[in-house]
Amino acid sequence: MSLLEEPIRELGRRLREREISAVELAQAALARIEAVDPAVGAFLRVTPELAMEAAVAADRTLATDPGGAAALCGIPVAYKDLICTKGVETTAASRILEGFVPPYSATVVERLAALGAVPLGKLNCDEFAMGSSNENSAYQITRNPWDLERVPGGSSGGSAAAVAARLACATLGSDTGGSIRLPASFTGVVGVKPTYGRVSRYGLIAFASSLDQIGPLTKTVEDAALVMTAISGRDPRDSTSVEAPLDGFLEDLHRGVEGLRLGVPREYLEVGIEPGVRKVFDQAVSSLERMGAVVEEVSLPSTEFALSAYYVIAPAEVSSNLARMDGVRFGPGFAGAKNLREAYETARHQGFGEEVRRRIILGAYALSSGYYDAYYLRAQQVRTLVARDFEQAFAKVDAIVSPTAPTAAFRLGERTADPLAMYGTDVLTLPANLAGISGISVPAGFAAGLPVGLQVLGPYLGESICFRIAHSVETESRLWQQLPPVAGLAG
Amino acid sequence: MISPSQTGWEAVIGLEVHAQLLTRSKMFCSCRADYLGLPANSNTCPVCLGLPGALPVINEEGVRLTIRTALALECEIPEFTKFDRKNYFYPDLPKGYQISQYDLPLSLRGRLDFQVEGRSVRAGITRVHLEEDTGTLHHAGEIQTSAFSLVDLNRAGVPLMEIVGEPDLRSPAEARAYLATLRQLLVYIGVNDGNMEEGSLRCDANISLRPIGTEPLGVKVEVKNMNSFRSVQRALEYELERQTEVLEQGGRLVQETRGWSELEQRTVSQRSKEVAQEYRYFPEPDLPPLLISRARVEEVRADLPELPAARRERFQSQYQLTEEQARLLTDRPADSRYFEDVVAAGVSPLLAANWQLGDLQGLCNAANLEVANCRIDPGSLAGLLRMVENREVTAKVAKEVLARGFETGESPAEMVRSQGLGQLSDADEIAGWVDQVLTEQAQAAADYLAGNERALGRLVGTVMGKSKGRANPVIVNQLLRERLSRPGG
Repeated sequence: MSLLEEPIRELGRRLREREISAVELAQAALARIEAVDPAVGAFLRVTPELAMEAAVAADRTLATDPGGAAALCGIPVAYKDLICTKGVETTAASRILEGFVPPYSATVVERLAALGAVPLGKLNCDEFAMGSSNENSAYQITRNPWDLERVPGGSSGGSAAAVAARLACATLGSDTGGSIRLPASFTGVVGVKPTYGRVSRYGLIAFASSLDQIGPLTKTVEDAALVMTAISGRDPRDSTSVEAPLDGFLEDLHRGVEGLRLGVPREYLEVGIEPGVRKVFDQAVSSLERMGAVVEEVSLPSTEFALSAYYVIAPAEVSSNLARMDGVRFGPGFAGAKNLREAYETARHQGFGEEVRRRIILGAYALSSGYYDAYYLRAQQVRTLVARDFEQAFAKVDAIVSPTAPTAAFRLGERTADPLAMYGTDVLTLPANLAGISGISVPAGFAAGLPVGLQVLGPYLGESICFRIAHSVETESRLWQQLPPVAGLAG
Repeated sequence: MISPSQTGWEAVIGLEVHAQLLTRSKMFCSCRADYLGLPANSNTCPVCLGLPGALPVINEEGVRLTIRTALALECEIPEFTKFDRKNYFYPDLPKGYQISQYDLPLSLRGRLDFQVEGRSVRAGITRVHLEEDTGTLHHAGEIQTSAFSLVDLNRAGVPLMEIVGEPDLRSPAEARAYLATLRQLLVYIGVNDGNMEEGSLRCDANISLRPIGTEPLGVKVEVKNMNSFRSVQRALEYELERQTEVLEQGGRLVQETRGWSELEQRTVSQRSKEVAQEYRYFPEPDLPPLLISRARVEEVRADLPELPAARRERFQSQYQLTEEQARLLTDRPADSRYFEDVVAAGVSPLLAANWQLGDLQGLCNAANLEVANCRIDPGSLAGLLRMVENREVTAKVAKEVLARGFETGESPAEMVRSQGLGQLSDADEIAGWVDQVLTEQAQAAADYLAGNERALGRLVGTVMGKSKGRANPVIVNQLLRERLSRPGG
């Protein structure tokens, strides 16, 4: 078995007992990337020198103080290209940031580096995280390791595919409307969307500031809980981050679901769930019931408005957040522009892809005077209702379970011509972002050979209950031990 | 040109004042707020450069100083306030939006009382809110002809307070007085340095005309680019005349922004505002709303110093000063502190006021110094004035040693003592000079005896001169009269 196929805790044990070295592990990861990634396209940039440097340092720590070494010491990780890495080009998969080398690292990158994690490189995504298939990257297509003709989901498609193909032990993505959970579901990995404020956004190139959260993608739930333990917590540089205890992330994992009340939102099953996905979901629910959970139907009545509200609020924030990309300091520039207005138009038209431009225009329109009340304000009211729906549901149940997405991974090119069909992909995930609550997607089965995820939503700061339920599902299915066909390329 | 009052038009003026706050760091990052004189773009970080991924963090001191200002202007401080984004593109605005405040500012509904041409005027304050300053652009000569724009972001993110005044001002003179009073207040409470030339205090004006006696407002013109009290008054006078002429000739004014050209002494149209600016304001999602507790407001209020108007009144009643003296001594906080320090050292207030505003101020003016920063500290002025009060030194000598101390930093009182310049009251010594003078100036003595009182003055002056100003003039006088009343003397 390849080293990269083992869970983090097992690798940690072997590193501490000096059965393997961090350098060997990093070399194994880099070799796998070289062998497998040409077929997958998960990485935009591989950083072997930084990886080896960090691995050597990790080995020093592991040799001198194996007991004190962090759980992630020597563990190969990689970052969505939306996360700033000091000295390493960070493009958000956009032309307009081509050549942008941040002079600083995101807080999450600093935290993982301080613990001795080994950075392998930067992962592809939809441009500025806008998309559900990774097809909006300005640089390359990322393919689903389970079927190379299909999308890995988005926007953290590279982060999901890298873990699915076992190119990294853990990756970080960002989830604004499902951008971690959806690709996790499509590629058969675990993906966490933390409570809003749980993880610092400092250094995450903003898509929609009030919805964005950084979270891990991993092979197993325990791996996810380990990474979450490392990256969570208040950051003085992010005023929206919260101070909250992390108790239970790891401790509660094995407590099972006996006696837990799980809600299935009626409205979530009415959005046109593919039969194969529905079947996997029903089996997962039955399995949870067999393990002692009490499953009941709950209602989230504002669900039907959530998608529309999301596609007002997120673009509104986009239109402002992306204004700094004005061609003055980043991007292809504005040669030939005759005046300031033309300079901006040239730089932004050439720098941004179609979907990004579409959302900027949508958002600018929604915020314009005369339309503000009808769109932005109305959407914020819906947002309040969505949050209230969840509060009422969580008064009755401990967690909510649903399919992560209505379908399994679709074919490359299948939805690119129809933005609305693409937006619909996020219908089951984005309400959690509007409400700011915690969620996770865990592999639950296969439909026609493609992975299908179960989404578990917990209340505000309720990550530990999500982990506990997801861990039970995982323990029952042991799906994480199944590898996608492309893993065979590693030889 | 036609003057408005002759033609029945009334000016309606409101000022928008931007004041940089005297915090140590910028509004949303830890770069220095004092950016002047630093190499371009050296006072920057990912936050104020607006780099992708960087996030703002509120500077609490900026909030406190804004509340302090709002309280000094008797504003209401709502319990709930928030920051908003004001979106527009310009190269000096690195994020493409300015973090500002829109519908729920830190404070509302205040007022400012001021004097103009002997009248008391009260103007409303619409709001005081907090935002961040932009960077600066540099060009080769004029912006229109420069081949390039250089962007310097050292100033970007400096805390900027906007004080929006109600359109309660009715003349350029009122606008000037309002601004001067506001500036004095800001400097007094230590929130701003009051420097209009360097732009840490900036003023825009909205001005429209309407027929006297009518309510509806006319077409509003915004005037920018005024960087002194004088230019505010001149620019508004110019606008008043220009608008009056247009209206008198039956023309139509356009809503626009005009810039004041100091060189040409006129306003020049910059851009039309017929179409409202679209700033797409929305709540800043990177910053949580602020809850301002009543306890915090009271804490800031308790910390407010005595304000200029109150101090002026107190100086008149407590120290029996004239209104003019009180006004001059309270103009700047440092001056009133100086004065009160001199009085506290045991000098009578009137004498202290006369000397501070007279000789000392004169010396300072000539040297382009402020009283508080000159080499005569309050203790040393008090030492000298106590000698004057105790008649240990004549006023003439006191003025001389003050001037010398002002130059050298020596203590004037010490000079009097060490150089033997103290006032002489020894009648025998003075009598010697008196007799000498009566001999030398026989004609003057004769004139006096013939009834010319003024001749005595000449004699006194000469005696004083012989004593190098040190003789007690009362004794000199007395001795001269004694001698001259004795026939044959």
